[in-house]
Amino acid sequence: MNGPQMLEEHVGKLVTSMGTFFPGERVVFRGHDLFASLNDMDWLQLYLFGITGRRYTQQQMRVLHVFWTHNSYPDARLWNNRVAALAGTARSTGALGIAAALAVSEAKIFGGASQLRSCEFLTRAKKMVDEGADLETLVRAEIKEKRGIGGYGRPIVPTDERIAPIMAIVREQGLENGPHLKLAFEVERILLQGRWRWHINSVGLAAALAADCGMSPKEFYLLSMPVFLAGMPPCYLDAAEKPEGHLFPLPCRMLSYEGVPCRSWHAAKSTVSPDE
Amino acid sequence: MEVIHTRIWQEQAEPDNAFAALSCHCHGYDVYGELLAQASWIEYLFLLFRGEAPTKQQARLLEGLAIALANPGPRDASVHAAMCGGVGGSTSASCLMAALAVGAGASGGAREVFNAMQDWQARGTELSMWQSGLAVKPVNDPADVWPVAGHPAGFDPYGVRCTTPVLQTLAHLAALDCAPSLSWLQDNRAALEIAAGLPLAMLGVAAAALRDLGCTPEQGEMLHLMLRLPGAAAHALEQRDTGYKNFPFFQIELENDPGPTGSNNSQAIKSVVEKTV
Repeated sequence: MNGPQMLEEHVGKLVTSMGTFFPGERVVFRGHDLFASLNDMDWLQLYLFGITGRRYTQQQMRVLHVFWTHNSYPDARLWNNRVAALAGTARSTGALGIAAALAVSEAKIFGGASQLRSCEFLTRAKKMVDEGADLETLVRAEIKEKRGIGGYGRPIVPTDERIAPIMAIVREQGLENGPHLKLAFEVERILLQGRWRWHINSVGLAAALAADCGMSPKEFYLLSMPVFLAGMPPCYLDAAEKPEGHLFPLPCRMLSYEGVPCRSWHAAKSTVSPDE
Repeated sequence: MEVIHTRIWQEQAEPDNAFAALSCHCHGYDVYGELLAQASWIEYLFLLFRGEAPTKQQARLLEGLAIALANPGPRDASVHAAMCGGVGGSTSASCLMAALAVGAGASGGAREVFNAMQDWQARGTELSMWQSGLAVKPVNDPADVWPVAGHPAGFDPYGVRCTTPVLQTLAHLAALDCAPSLSWLQDNRAALEIAAGLPLAMLGVAAAALRDLGCTPEQGEMLHLMLRLPGAAAHALEQRDTGYKNFPFFQIELENDPGPTGSNNSQAIKSVVEKTV
């Protein structure tokens, strides 16, 4: 069967086990009736069920909820939140501002990419340590290859104010002895004893806890997508309710030009070779 | 004072308003005093990304590429996404955001251009390196937010032979004097297609063209995202007027329908779900 024939089989229809809605009747969500057998779920439980197809214990859900609450800072200076706030000051819509802010949260030095990298490293390291590998050797190899370890260090300040309050809830729920969590703190010990001086950050902590809940790196990545969300609407609203353009206005003097001096376009175009 | 550092844009403020520019210079050229009257849009676009005025050949290359990419047509996934916004009356920006999100992908989108341009950086015009590289199936990196495409970058995963528009675009652009990569691609297309087991795609032509324009993979990715937006915008607007009743909704075949609530099957599934709590 060639390429077009393969595509031909899928024209006009989708075969799936993820779900559908029967207009005016019911909704099937991963094989379950949304309004019947999933009726008891709160939004986060449903979100996780949509990602993993699994349910989690009350203790796990309490800890997973903390990822969302403790990562949502209504601070319009933060780059992703600033997008939502700028949308507000420019009188754009809330959905556009917040959708763009969420997309911007998939960054290299924070958010999406570091979340995925962190969980992938911790789950891989855990497996390799279980098979007899030396953790410090793994840490050094990871830093050498990737120039860092997702979930450790921060771009602005070295420590993470979220660790203590999240760990308090983790202990309260009796989840402090998970194997990935223990390994994550062992990695931090190695990094602090070495020349790197990187503390674990909330991404590393969340990645370890998610792995202890049985999540794959990809599941953790999807789970983490809305973690900054609750901080965004306040930033949007604040800017939208203030006079237009009042959020971080930039006078011309705030542009520090470091390029070539003024030059003539006419001269540039008239010096091109005749065959052009 | 905190400032924004830029090598692209210089402004002088109006004497009575620090928030209004008296003059704007782009890479040293006076935008409203000179470029507005003397430069084409394509020349200005090149200047913004590359920092220098293009030669006539470079401007023709970018213009040709821009025309080739401007509208992939309503069957393309990025345009399809924009139309999904248009048909429901979503905001114009959301239609373009939808086109960007889908048109960003590693299969048929700007990330594929990025990957193809990285291949060009690594392999240049060494046919043997291309042949050995194309023989290796792309591997998924579980630590990367970008899912891996199931085919080598720049080739058509479902193609039978190189399509006429791709051949026409390649022939037109490769004929320009500033296009050594495109020219090499045209000369070696058959060998590359044998190595890939797939025909060359428009994205592969775009990657070579963007390389010939001196773009980095990052610049190429960004330009590809931008250059495909005109068609997405036009088709979104068209579907807004055409209406949802005339837009395909498609069929779903559910593999695990529990049936209406109250049926035996539904009760059994509810029981299973409760047991997993």
